Amino acid sequence: MPRPIDLRLGIDVGGTNTDAVVVDNNQRLLAQFKTPTTFDLGTGIHQAIAGVSSVLDAPLDRVTHVMLGTTHATNAILEGRELLKTAVVRIGAPATLSIPPLLDWPSELRAAASAGEVIVPGGSEVSGEPIVPFERQELVRFLEEHAGTIEAVAITSVFSPVSAEHELEAEQVVHEVLGDVPVSLSYRIGSLGLLERENACVLNSSLVGVARKVVSGLNDALERNGIDAVAYLTQNDGTLMGLDYVLRFPVLSIGSGPANSMRGAGYLTQETDALVIDVGGTSTDIGVLVNGFPRESSAAVNIGGVRTNFRMPDLNSIAVGGGTKIAQDGDGIKVGPESVGHRLVTDSLVFGGASPTLSDAAVSAERADMGKRDLLADTAVDLTGALRIADERVAIAIDQMKTTRGDARVIAVGGGSVVLPPELEGASVVLHPEHYDVANAIGAAIASVSGQVDKVFKLSGRTRQEVTDEATTDARNEAISAGADPAAVEIVEIEEVPMAYLTEPVIRIRAKAAGPLSTV
Amino acid sequence: MSQEFETSLGEHELADLAVGCTVLAGGGGGDPRVGLMMAINAVQHHGPVSVIQLDDVADSDTVFAAGMVGAPTVMMEKIANGGEGRVIQDTLQARLGTRISAMMPMEMGGINGVLPVAWAVNAGLPLVDGDLMGRAFPELQMCTPHLHDIPSRPSVLVDERSQAITFDTAGNVWLERLMRNTVSVLGGCASAGLYPMSGAVARGPVIRGTVSTAVRIGRAIRTAGASPFEALDSEAEVYPLITGKVIDVERHTAGGFVRGSAVIEGTETDSGRLVRVEFQNENLVALEDGEPIATVPDIITLLDRHTAHGIVTEHIRYGQRVVLSVFRGPTQWRSEAGLRVVGPRAFGYDVEFKPVEERHAPTH
Repeated sequence: MPRPIDLRLGIDVGGTNTDAVVVDNNQRLLAQFKTPTTFDLGTGIHQAIAGVSSVLDAPLDRVTHVMLGTTHATNAILEGRELLKTAVVRIGAPATLSIPPLLDWPSELRAAASAGEVIVPGGSEVSGEPIVPFERQELVRFLEEHAGTIEAVAITSVFSPVSAEHELEAEQVVHEVLGDVPVSLSYRIGSLGLLERENACVLNSSLVGVARKVVSGLNDALERNGIDAVAYLTQNDGTLMGLDYVLRFPVLSIGSGPANSMRGAGYLTQETDALVIDVGGTSTDIGVLVNGFPRESSAAVNIGGVRTNFRMPDLNSIAVGGGTKIAQDGDGIKVGPESVGHRLVTDSLVFGGASPTLSDAAVSAERADMGKRDLLADTAVDLTGALRIADERVAIAIDQMKTTRGDARVIAVGGGSVVLPPELEGASVVLHPEHYDVANAIGAAIASVSGQVDKVFKLSGRTRQEVTDEATTDARNEAISAGADPAAVEIVEIEEVPMAYLTEPVIRIRAKAAGPLSTV
Repeated sequence: MSQEFETSLGEHELADLAVGCTVLAGGGGGDPRVGLMMAINAVQHHGPVSVIQLDDVADSDTVFAAGMVGAPTVMMEKIANGGEGRVIQDTLQARLGTRISAMMPMEMGGINGVLPVAWAVNAGLPLVDGDLMGRAFPELQMCTPHLHDIPSRPSVLVDERSQAITFDTAGNVWLERLMRNTVSVLGGCASAGLYPMSGAVARGPVIRGTVSTAVRIGRAIRTAGASPFEALDSEAEVYPLITGKVIDVERHTAGGFVRGSAVIEGTETDSGRLVRVEFQNENLVALEDGEPIATVPDIITLLDRHTAHGIVTEHIRYGQRVVLSVFRGPTQWRSEAGLRVVGPRAFGYDVEFKPVEERHAPTH
């Protein structure tokens, strides 16, 4: 039996720092701690927990819920390591034979992630009828041939978001032939667009090993600190998934970092609709909160050179950060894109280093107070001019993200946000919340639970409203079964995409429901 | 503006062709990516496709136009087999008793600008440097032979199961009706071979050199570095209407098409302006203060503000940064007969077509 919610521990493992915060049931921040990210995930988490515990005025065993955001899965893909060898099974022949699976994958990633690929007959029409019958014997032959190398299986069938029948049949075949091997089914992972869904499914399958390490690393760290809590990972829409879900859908943790920052910014200011400007050491991400959630990008998302149809926060990123280097360039000034990164506290002028940075410029302009201001006295670079350039870039980037005319409310977070001016062009107000530098960990700690559907519906006599109701009910139920409070679940997003050139009315509906964790 | 013609298409040229197709599509025809990947896979196996000029086709040889018919969303899910071109070729050859010596894209936009390369390679046929629309359009009678009273018959429709259906229709509008309904039965998309013509006949209607034009546009954008719009303008005269961002997009299905509109709010030097684009798969008119500022058959495309790649109507989203641009439509469509088929009135807009060059200044 899970205990009623008491304290929550939010942890964000970033590229440079690992942050931990503790919030209480009224979502008050009780403690925060920052420590450098370690190579070994478990050690870093342990240090962050031990650190936050040392500044927390309550026993750690009052922590009932733990939320972790990590870039571990992203890094595994980018570096092509720790990936499970996945059998890539597509069901769709004689359709789809013109484009074999993984055709445009970077060859190293393909070698690291694939145990072989096959296209077997089957798949569904948009109507839900089979294109041709599923040929299980062809799948059996392929699996037997590659049995020695297969560590996981990814199954993608044509139009599985309409009918998953052949994917489910194939899953059974896999277990009959290979026994207990992890299987990812594409209809549970992605939406329409065969190749992108297949890619996402294969990435997911190959990440199962990484997910196991993250989960055991987290569990070990919790145990070492005497924490007996329900644990979650945050996903790319800023909501939570339970650890059993993480083991099945590890790919959904990719992109959770920016989502956490934005949700945290919204929480710290109690704003639900605003621009969030997250300034780090090297870059600035500008995103948009709509109804309290990050607005998603419509562009295809490329992960490690692989195109997927994931929804990710829509971000505008520019090379402006606290560590961004400033150099004299002839008569002009060059601002970035290079950054001193985490060496800010040794390399920048105010800390006695030799690299002029935007943080130095901010100290000079009295926006920020760090290091020794006197050390700026004899610098030759035009710090004021550099700050003006940075301000201008930020203003343009903000304008590009604005969705309505008139000035927007802007929330500034991130360790580098001290370089921002007190007022920004195009912003009616710039909010600089307290605890701005741990907004991401706070975003993890206060994350809600969501459920979503993305399905193609044939109207067949039903009204559009009836179909939409079915979709929203499904989304709501999924959120509740993932742990959301049934009384507080709301539909946060609904989108209808009609399909061209079909005389019979068919619509695709995407619906997402989200709500706070159930407190009982 | 260079006038060299491509003689073969390998992987690099195909990638450029696909980008060129997004620009020339006028928002229609679907994302060319699936067509591009089919074509790349085919040339990886069989080598580059050879591209010939229409003058290289003998008077008595037969050529046809090819493309997929149906919903782009379905094409991206139930991807083609790749051998459909050969089935169409065999079916037409058996029926006509003449030698088919080449095929061409039926339109120069979206998936169909690139996908016929895969079919040509797999069938061992060269690709004619030309097409029947010079852009993308939603219906099958909106092909230039229709203006010359050249029938589409016999046309062939093939599905991924290699079922081939021949259409001998009383006219090209009937072809559109019958084929559209058949496609629906076959699952929402299928592959078509249309308007088989002898070399002698094809020299009238075919819009020539469009494959090369699309490749050149794509290449110019790819090699342009930081200023893709200038490069684009050097290959195809661009008339930019407004630079801004999409602040509203609305879509609904009617009569088997996606209809809707997008509103672009000006930024930078266009700050304060609002332009609305209305579409039926393709962008049909652009309006400012209720007045048309561009219409079909001129090509109206939303170009990505940073990359200058075209954005298809299904991908228009709130917040996108775009340059709404117009290119001169093909000359044949600007004639009186052409405007009857694809002018603003053919799409239900009671406005006169006025060529873009009479309304606006080009980039330079």
